[in-house]
Amino acid sequence: MAGPAKIEVPEGLGKPLDERSVQKLREDFPILKQLVHGKPLVYLDNAATSQKPRQVIDAIADYYESYNSNVHRGLHALSEQATQAYEGARGIVRSFLNADEDREIIFVKGTTEGINLVASSYGRAHLQQGDEIIISEMEHHSNIVPWQILCEEKGAVLKVVPFNDDGELLLDEYERMLGPRTKLVSMTYISNALGTVNPVKSIIEIAHERGVPVLIDGAQAVPHRPVDVQDLDCDFFVFSSHKVFGPTGMGILYGKAEILDSMPPYQGGGDMIRSVTFEKTTYNDLPYKFEAGTPNVAGAIGLGSALEYVSRIGMNNIEEYEKSLLSYATEAVSSIEGVRIIGTASQKAGVLSFLLDQVHAHDVGTVLDTEGVAIRTGHHCAQPVMKHYGIAATARASLAFYNTRADIDALVKGLDKVIEVFTL
Amino acid sequence: MSDLSDLYQQAVLDHNRTPRNFRRLPDPDGTAEGYNPLCGDLINVDVKMDGDVIREIGFEGGGCAISKASASMMTEVVKGMTRDEAREFFDSFRTAVTEGIDFFEAIDKLGKLAALTGVSEFPARVKCAVLAWHTLRAALDGNKATVTTE
Ligand SMILES: Cc1ncc(COP(=O)(O)O)c(C=O)c1O
Repeated sequence: MAGPAKIEVPEGLGKPLDERSVQKLREDFPILKQLVHGKPLVYLDNAATSQKPRQVIDAIADYYESYNSNVHRGLHALSEQATQAYEGARGIVRSFLNADEDREIIFVKGTTEGINLVASSYGRAHLQQGDEIIISEMEHHSNIVPWQILCEEKGAVLKVVPFNDDGELLLDEYERMLGPRTKLVSMTYISNALGTVNPVKSIIEIAHERGVPVLIDGAQAVPHRPVDVQDLDCDFFVFSSHKVFGPTGMGILYGKAEILDSMPPYQGGGDMIRSVTFEKTTYNDLPYKFEAGTPNVAGAIGLGSALEYVSRIGMNNIEEYEKSLLSYATEAVSSIEGVRIIGTASQKAGVLSFLLDQVHAHDVGTVLDTEGVAIRTGHHCAQPVMKHYGIAATARASLAFYNTRADIDALVKGLDKVIEVFTL
Repeated sequence: MSDLSDLYQQAVLDHNRTPRNFRRLPDPDGTAEGYNPLCGDLINVDVKMDGDVIREIGFEGGGCAISKASASMMTEVVKGMTRDEAREFFDSFRTAVTEGIDFFEAIDKLGKLAALTGVSEFPARVKCAVLAWHTLRAALDGNKATVTTE
């Protein structure tokens, strides 16, 4: 059914999380109940993708079972219902991000497509030869490559704000980099490789003082903390549904209405037009101007359901709970001999990247896997971060609110096993 | 899933810790660079030929225990082989690590490389085991471009 555009918090929820209430929430996640290689699954790869609660899976199944049809097209009952649910999800996202209007919420495939949309539409329209775009050294490849392509096409310059060895951005350098030719700043809120939480509010303020718009890559922020795009005052904000307990193939581009309005379309097709003749085509209004073709209806409904789910728990509660879990994990893992933590910023969330003396990250990952512990090993699509530290890969444990101290204990036990295997 | 000890056998751990022929060769007759984009690992293989026979071989780089042990053992077994013999050996090795093989048959066919055939139970790690071999083949072919496992 069409989701309500306001998120309601039922009685008894929205309280601070503790190990007991988390145990209860874990029951909503069917996948977490399984054994892997005969051991209970310990899922610590949430920065790659998160697991889905029953409520999300049911919302998607319900759409396909009872009202699957195309949106904005048919006059029949099912199409009406699907359109309502799809637009209801837009309302939920708006409320979740505290955006001003529904039309500022564009459904895309994910963070990657959101950034590409801005690079392609805003970038092509506003960039000229010699103009500059500022990103940072800790960006995910998806917030590097679209800008490289754009800069190459336009003869523009990509500037990169460095970070120190703790993984903290050098804001002085950033301020110095902003100049009369800067046309856009695009930065990650939270680094997926280091866990650094960047001071995005100041980053945005500093850029705005010079009239430069800012895109925030919120892929790793949205699952871990409350986000208020009006308070941040960012011009664009992107995130992926699959990292916030929703389905894959769905993501959000938020943009301030007046900027989105001024941008040319990204793709052409159905839904994004008002009228088409061979002489002249007029484009649809926001948000449809940027949503060409039959959209991912099930994806939007699933994302809406996921955001309702975490809102009922309370993003501030999730943030607090994970903060304590991350410090527990950091302490436990750093106390293992031979461990070096990569990413020691004072403000961190969700991610614990580390190296184990003498043992390659992939061997760490394989041994942990046989213990049922799922982590990510590799460069995490952030090769410049690896280069900064002169390494090829790290092992990365990444958290979600459904992780517990027992998960961390299993990780530590698994690491003991790694050491045992490799020091035989 | 077979046991971890099948993957990380004593011989594998030993070659990982003290890799053999771990050096670049001066004036090689063939050289190539191999790259595994999945882990970012890079390896160099140099060969010195005596006609069609591999007289000397060295490698550098590599990353995980599997890729390093595979490279190290490779340098030991291919020394003295002709180009074709080395290629044939690689084919048997690759079949063994991708499809699996009876351990005794492996010892018979692959000698010490049998220690790596446990990799067939860990599909994500097969590329680590064959990286050095792809690189060797490129070095023998006089192929200059970087080879990748993709
Ligand atoms: C910080 C950050 N940005 C962007 C992305 C790309 O997200 P997606 O692959 O869902 O488009 C990720 C995902 O790994 C990420 O962690």
